[in-house]
Amino acid sequence: MIATALWIALALFSAAIALNFYRAVIGPSLPDRVLAVDTMYMNSIALIVLFGIWVNNKDYFEAALLIAMLGFVSTIAVCKYLLRGDIIE
Amino acid sequence: MLDTLLEGAIAFMLIAGGIFAFIGSLGLTHLKDFYMRLHGPSKTTTLGVGCTLIGSLIFFSQENGPVIQELLITVFAFITAPVSAHMLAKSALHHKLKPDPRTRGNPQELESDRPKHTVEEAPQGNSPLP
Repeated sequence: MIATALWIALALFSAAIALNFYRAVIGPSLPDRVLAVDTMYMNSIALIVLFGIWVNNKDYFEAALLIAMLGFVSTIAVCKYLLRGDIIE
Repeated sequence: MLDTLLEGAIAFMLIAGGIFAFIGSLGLTHLKDFYMRLHGPSKTTTLGVGCTLIGSLIFFSQENGPVIQELLITVFAFITAPVSAHMLAKSALHHKLKPDPRTRGNPQELESDRPKHTVEEAPQGNSPLP
């Protein structure tokens, strides 16, 4: 049962990442692209966790945590740059 | 019996997470303007990733005791998603992105194209403008 659910979830998350990539390519404005990349890293966290379930290894959780923290910091940094034209004033 | 129940819970969480994340990304692709598009990822995708992580938590808790580290990413995602959505909305307002006509609300930041009167140029008499 878990194997089937794993395959369905992997397919759905891969489709979600493809849609995010489409928005990041055609996005008419800069905040659109930043939002698309932000969503892409959230989906990639879930992909890595699903891979960890697939190979039955707990250690992939740390990679997912690293991606979560760095993605949040980079989103905030790019937003600060769009708002102020500078990151650290 | 319990194993079957746990497996069902894990499978349900994984599929629910996948469906939520896919709907969020579909909204990101199909909605009309940026202020609508902000809703999909900031709410739905966060819920989808949280569901997947809780499914993974149940999966790894089966063998030897509860594994609560996975809850860390869930809590982190649920804390940081509103913050990044707020910063993105602020930067969109700063760039004065055009809202779709069906988007409700008139934020002050988008109204600055209207001419503003200084004290000297203020219209005199009984003008409707202040």
